[in-house]
Amino acid sequence: MSIDIPTICLTNIGPLITLSVAGLLLLLFDAFSGKAMKKAHFHQFSLVAVVIALLQTVWLWNRQTTDFSRMIYVDNFSFFFNVIFLLGTGISIILSVHYLENYRKNYGEYYALMLFAAVGMILMAAGGNLVIIFLGVEILSIPIYILSGLFREDLKSNEAALKYLLLGAFSSAFLLFGIAMLYGGTGTFYLADLAAFIKKSGMNGFTYVGMGLLIVGFGFKVSMAPFHMWTPDVYEGAPTSITAFMSVGTKAAAFAAFLRVFLEVFPTVRMEWDLLLWVAAVATMTVGNVTALAQTNIKRMLAYSSIAHAGYILVGLIAGNQLGATGILYYLLAYTIMNLGAFGVVIAVARKKDNYLNIYDYAGLGFQYPGLAAVMSVFLFSLVGMPPTAGFLGKFYLFSAAVEAGYIWLVIIAVINSLISVYYYLRITVIMYMQPAEADLGPVAMTPVVNATLIISALAVLLIGIFPGSIFQLAMNSVKIFGS
Amino acid sequence: MLIDYLPILVYFVIALGVAVGMVALSEAVGKKTHSTVKDLPYECGMVPVGDARSRYSVKFFVIAMFFLVFDIEAIFLYPWAVVFKQLGLFGLIEMAIFIIVLAVGLAYVWGKGALQWE
Repeated sequence: MSIDIPTICLTNIGPLITLSVAGLLLLLFDAFSGKAMKKAHFHQFSLVAVVIALLQTVWLWNRQTTDFSRMIYVDNFSFFFNVIFLLGTGISIILSVHYLENYRKNYGEYYALMLFAAVGMILMAAGGNLVIIFLGVEILSIPIYILSGLFREDLKSNEAALKYLLLGAFSSAFLLFGIAMLYGGTGTFYLADLAAFIKKSGMNGFTYVGMGLLIVGFGFKVSMAPFHMWTPDVYEGAPTSITAFMSVGTKAAAFAAFLRVFLEVFPTVRMEWDLLLWVAAVATMTVGNVTALAQTNIKRMLAYSSIAHAGYILVGLIAGNQLGATGILYYLLAYTIMNLGAFGVVIAVARKKDNYLNIYDYAGLGFQYPGLAAVMSVFLFSLVGMPPTAGFLGKFYLFSAAVEAGYIWLVIIAVINSLISVYYYLRITVIMYMQPAEADLGPVAMTPVVNATLIISALAVLLIGIFPGSIFQLAMNSVKIFGS
Repeated sequence: MLIDYLPILVYFVIALGVAVGMVALSEAVGKKTHSTVKDLPYECGMVPVGDARSRYSVKFFVIAMFFLVFDIEAIFLYPWAVVFKQLGLFGLIEMAIFIIVLAVGLAYVWGKGALQWE
């Protein structure tokens, strides 16, 4: 028996190596360094790792190949998502530092786990084999289970971690079962071979069941209705910085895998999954938006809003054309920046130990902290999808893709949903600017780095909304792999 | 193709035979004494009936983590040993990376004081 040793090129997975090694080093530093250096440098170290990984991604750009015996796709699609993940991780790390210090929880493990989660996300976007995608899901999920339970003494945090672990395990089981079914039906795990098989011999019972189970598995991770139940509780209970991180990271990673698997493997049987996702998308948008109307806790409101955004992104997936896929990439990038920005403001306004999370705690913010209120308004306008923000163009691309593909009613429902969302997003703005503060809630602690991050994020939301050209081009080049 | 799995079936049969055989043999030739304590269902030395909400030290979990590190290591070292020659230098480097990663985990758990049992 002889074994073919695959030729591998380590630079192809440069970002993965950087993040993994940095995570491991952080663990060692945390266990063996003195008390003094502990607190100060962990976040800087992890930020440096994220920046290096980002540079490696940029350096790799336009490389188009597969590696590790076709296990990993090295293409612009995964690079574009790498940028989204790394931006999300970087901004989350910056927002975390002060927040964690308030809780005296500024552990090294926190940053190590974040880096490991980023590794999982990158694997999900780059996986060329269902097993690698599953591995990515697990590497992403396990750190986030731990991180959402970071505040051990807090019952809500415990509840969040336990709920997320149990439901996440369920969804992993669905995903794994779907993968097994696909293997049973076709005899391969490789996306390319699966696509070739289905193109040649069509679907059979196993592949149908497998496809359905994959939709359930990915649906859990993107919080698609009816698999969204965990989202509000987990988002509310988890530390706010982790809520921010998983609301953008997990969602983007799951959509990356969702998009790649369904547009590469199942494009010939689009009729079979379109209707399913059509119903799910309508349900997701409606449940998210209508329930968000009734929320007074801002974290819960943003959780329901993130469900609604999953629905909008599903519209692009249902359209399934080039413009739809481009729209998803663009929208996820915009969503990452605007949602993290909004959570950054939430962290700041909540002050010490998450005391002020009610939406009426934002009263008078426009007078006390005009800068903070202004950036929050930018993020909220972008989440609504108003021009000239990035959120508007993202929605525009997604919806026009659906119109192009002939899903007029879906777009009408999506637009109605966007209108509903205006109420609960702009209510915050109204409260900030038109209601006087009821009581003095104490000063908002703002560090220069966080300020700069929020301002740059707000500017980025406006900038890529006004000049979308280059980002749109990048996204469009990234989805060229999906043919059609 | 199924015939390839015959050794596993044989292994299962032998394993089952050994397990059943041992119990049956001790039942057949062993000396039997009965007492209330002795007739309790065996539960790893703990009292088998009681409140399910009993608490025990979190240290057990840390020990379990230690065990996991070595367990996973063993699981991968065995198949590697079987194809050691075919994999050659490539396999050696891959396994070295794998073991270093596990060693980091071990060092972390150790450094955090998991072995200090007060």
